[in-house]
Amino acid sequence: MPEGEFWNPEVELLSGEEIRSLQLRRLRAVLERCGNSPFYREWFREAGFDPARVSSLDDLRALPFMDKETLRGGDPRRFLTVPLEEVVRLHSSSGTTGQATVVFHTARDIDAWTELVARCMYMTGVRRSDVFQNMMGYGLFTGGLGFHYAAERIGALVIPAGSGNSKRQIQLMRDFGTTVIHVIPSYALYLLDVFRELGLDPRRDTSLRIAFIGAEPHTESLRRRLEEAYGIKAYNSYGLSEMSGPGVAFECPFQEGMHVGEDSFILEAIDPEPLEPAPAAEGGERARTLHREGMPLLRYRTHDLARVFPEPCRCGRAHRRISRIKGRTDDMFIVKGVNVFPMQVERVLLGILGVGSNYRIVLETVDNRDEMRVQVEVSGDLWHGEVKELSQLRRRIAQELRNEILVTPVVELVEPGSLPAGEGKAVRVVDMRDHARGE
Amino acid sequence: MIVAHQVNVFARNQPGRLERLTQVLMEENVNIRAITIAGADDFGVVKLLVDDPERAYQALRREGFSAYLKEVIAVIMDDRPGGLHRVCRALGERGVNIEDAYGFVVKDRSTAVLVVEVEKIPEAEEVLREGGFALMSDEELYSL
Repeated sequence: MPEGEFWNPEVELLSGEEIRSLQLRRLRAVLERCGNSPFYREWFREAGFDPARVSSLDDLRALPFMDKETLRGGDPRRFLTVPLEEVVRLHSSSGTTGQATVVFHTARDIDAWTELVARCMYMTGVRRSDVFQNMMGYGLFTGGLGFHYAAERIGALVIPAGSGNSKRQIQLMRDFGTTVIHVIPSYALYLLDVFRELGLDPRRDTSLRIAFIGAEPHTESLRRRLEEAYGIKAYNSYGLSEMSGPGVAFECPFQEGMHVGEDSFILEAIDPEPLEPAPAAEGGERARTLHREGMPLLRYRTHDLARVFPEPCRCGRAHRRISRIKGRTDDMFIVKGVNVFPMQVERVLLGILGVGSNYRIVLETVDNRDEMRVQVEVSGDLWHGEVKELSQLRRRIAQELRNEILVTPVVELVEPGSLPAGEGKAVRVVDMRDHARGE
Repeated sequence: MIVAHQVNVFARNQPGRLERLTQVLMEENVNIRAITIAGADDFGVVKLLVDDPERAYQALRREGFSAYLKEVIAVIMDDRPGGLHRVCRALGERGVNIEDAYGFVVKDRSTAVLVVEVEKIPEAEEVLREGGFALMSDEELYSL
């Protein structure tokens, strides 16, 4: 068991250059294995890509990007580079609309992932003497099991509490002296009310010192509020089920960005521009897993918007950091808990309005709830001068969108030219919800 | 021509929209005879009777407005109690539905004009003629 500040100093203290050379070594091994996968064989052939000739990380740029859509197309087993009997577990993303994406793990994949998350938790100060209460859902969702195994690997006492049942959560914390929790930030906020109802103060009446908050976007101010109210340090992290789950990027004690586990992922930023306030900025981060053997991903586009901090961190790790996720490029967004792709909206509008109609999706927080507004330009060519025509059009758009995306939007008809032009990098989705605005 | 045109313009129900619209018409030297707005929540349709509908329409389209040349007919009524009622009765009895209408009094103070939007213009025209109403030609209407 490590005793010092680092779980795995050999990996954590690699220099930037050493990281790059490790990445290349591992990448070549991954590429070789990809030859076993029907998907990758075809993918390489179509791109005219010869994996045997890769001699630098940049060579990989000859490959097109993959994303969720790629994973959705067809049988997920075609991505496998090992026989199915080598697979010991699968996880699946919430496929509320469309097909769920499935990721297969071999025993070694689970082991590598566990090691990665353990390293992250250890980095924030979790030790074998800690009591870790995992208040996340277990199951297909990767957040629960990912942290569970990692905390056991560290040797902490794990309470697999799962989500919900607030009073019991608090009871467990008090009975077993919980020091570390893993919790959805909005639930942590809600739990404060339950503490109050019970006449308890988490600062005084629990031994909590660390919280991992994640699985939903949250603002810096919410984090600070939780830290203050619980008397803890709350750490942000980033992960996605396609890249195993939690552990892709994780904050160190300095809380100045999340370190990407660059021994396991190659970070590729699409647009190096700072992405800060302008929801207009297109950018994002793409990565590929390096030592997943069962189902590796190459140039997987996450569509999450973040800034990369290339400078070294005060903690001594050269693994580059990324900012809090500022939103997503306009591919997928989550509204009222439902995954929505702008393409779905576009398809519906195209069917009703014909080609060339300009639209915009605006997401807002109204009374603490998500609201989705769809603004549609009424061009002179599709309108015949009648008021009732417009009312009918609006009703029809709302109805057909609800059928397609399962969320009822507010439809706004707007004048031609009043929305940003719908070409090139046009912003089709503007997320003005509290969590997206950040602070 | 008995069938005249008014310009219908889609507009957001927002401060400044009418100002912009009327500015375009002013710059195009278009004179407005009558204006009415049909509102529906957050948007409305501005209906303009002008001296040169085609020019107004082109200018508004050029400036990015969603404009439409809408066919209307103008009925001449006596400017006295019951004038409008008689027109409406004639149309109603024959099942012609008025989609929208507005009226105004002409300068001489003895006649009033009712501009109506109906679905089936030829039918409305026939009904009104049979009812003994005079219809105003488009040229007369534009040059009021």
